[in-house]
Amino acid sequence: MTDTAEAVAVSDLHKRFGPLEVLKGVSLSAKRGDVIAIIGGSGSGKSTLLRCINMLELPSAGTVSVHGEEIRMKPDGHGGLVPADRKQVQRIRTRLGMVFQSFNLWQHMTIIENVIEAPVHVLGSSKAEAMETAEALLRRVGLYEKKDAYPAFLSGGQQQRAAIARALAIQPLVMLFDEPTSALDPELVGEVLSVIGDLAREKRTMILVTHEMKFARSVANHIVFLHNGIIEEQGPPEDIFGAPKSERLKKFISSIH
Amino acid sequence: MSNETTHALAFSPDDLPQAESFFKPHRIVLIALFVGLVLGIAIFMRWDWLPRYMPRLGSGILVSLAMLFSTSILGFLLAIPLGLVQVTGPWFLKGPARLFCTVIRGTPLLLQLWLLYYGLGSLFPQFPTIRQSFLWPYLREAWPYGVAALTISFAAYEGEVMRGAFAGVPQGELEAARAYGMGRWTMFRRIWLPRAVHRALPTLTGETVLQLKSTPLVATITVIDVYAVISKVRQETFLTYEPLLLLALIYLCLTGLLVLAFRYFENRIPTRGA
Repeated sequence: MTDTAEAVAVSDLHKRFGPLEVLKGVSLSAKRGDVIAIIGGSGSGKSTLLRCINMLELPSAGTVSVHGEEIRMKPDGHGGLVPADRKQVQRIRTRLGMVFQSFNLWQHMTIIENVIEAPVHVLGSSKAEAMETAEALLRRVGLYEKKDAYPAFLSGGQQQRAAIARALAIQPLVMLFDEPTSALDPELVGEVLSVIGDLAREKRTMILVTHEMKFARSVANHIVFLHNGIIEEQGPPEDIFGAPKSERLKKFISSIH
Repeated sequence: MSNETTHALAFSPDDLPQAESFFKPHRIVLIALFVGLVLGIAIFMRWDWLPRYMPRLGSGILVSLAMLFSTSILGFLLAIPLGLVQVTGPWFLKGPARLFCTVIRGTPLLLQLWLLYYGLGSLFPQFPTIRQSFLWPYLREAWPYGVAALTISFAAYEGEVMRGAFAGVPQGELEAARAYGMGRWTMFRRIWLPRAVHRALPTLTGETVLQLKSTPLVATITVIDVYAVISKVRQETFLTYEPLLLLALIYLCLTGLLVLAFRYFENRIPTRGA
């Protein structure tokens, strides 16, 4: 439980969908306070990598550790892996705050009910305590006035900010963002990025899959460029964007700008 | 924005015509015709039998309602697992569930009712163990067979409805539940089931109204519901139209109440668009 322990460590991760190998041995580690941006073209495996960290996608081989605790896996009998202990996965997931591309707010609950759901029904907090935290979080993302609205009545940007509050409510060790602005109208991207930027500035550990290169460059301290399931190049943003070494990264960056 | 929300939460005011638009000439004519019809029925038809049968009609309505509520609730409780296993279950549960729904939905309710009552009901007395069991006083009555047949029928229809509702809950919302550490049971209880029921509510309203109108079938196996009381009235008074008109009015009122109650639940969670 020291600050030097790696918040997330991924080692030699492989993921196959049938004959298609999406991840071909990826290793990645995030220390406390790191903001890691994973970039790459579509089909490069970046979302799959992120989803393997909290086992929404089960890796075919390799290990994932969160805060020094390795998620124990066992063979599933078809050449893949399944968690050996479901309870362990559930416990580890509560330390990872996931934000999805399509928000995935629970539509039958109001915004504040969405935010207190996991604290109350997974972590066992009291409702009063969870409400207090939730109200503070909603104030922070600028949605306090909307706390009793249902998700369908909010704009995409508001929904994503609510989803970020929901993820923060479990007080995660690491925030995982899976293309958080890709489903938004261009004019709504800014409000979500500014919330994420604030989180980065307060030294929250984050792993972020994104297409927003300017944003990645300004908030991340480490950029990972994924191509065809392997890490083609990684390093501090100045090097990655300023002096890319590999041809593919050069091509990718010029295609973005 | 909040205005929009409260509007949708309100008790569907836009379903009713506004006061000023309500009294248009053609509406006034229709209302006058309807009032005339009702007055005519009340004045020129025979209703002197009504006070005599009031107590029996009251208990008949209660029996009908008891049939409706017990079989809808029991049927719905069965429909949840029936729908769920068809979406996620292993083949040895999925197959029987699908078969059950197909067979029950593919045969007339009256046939099922008679098979249970005249078939099973006449088999049971041949087994001494059944005759000596604590269930026997009930199995000698007709209503358990009525409850069983109506429950099975409702379960089969609603099993199909719930299958669609469970399958229609967006995967992303279930994924979010998993991502925040919910176990299977918590996810089912807190997210999947309430979300599916909410989606299915408009369909369930209609199906429950249909169920109300299936309950008179139990009169054919000697259960005295409101339909049976009205039949008795017809036999004893030799009147045809008056009792039947009253019966229609009773079912109309019950349907109206049911629809209002369901709409209240539907409106508790406003939806937009869909």
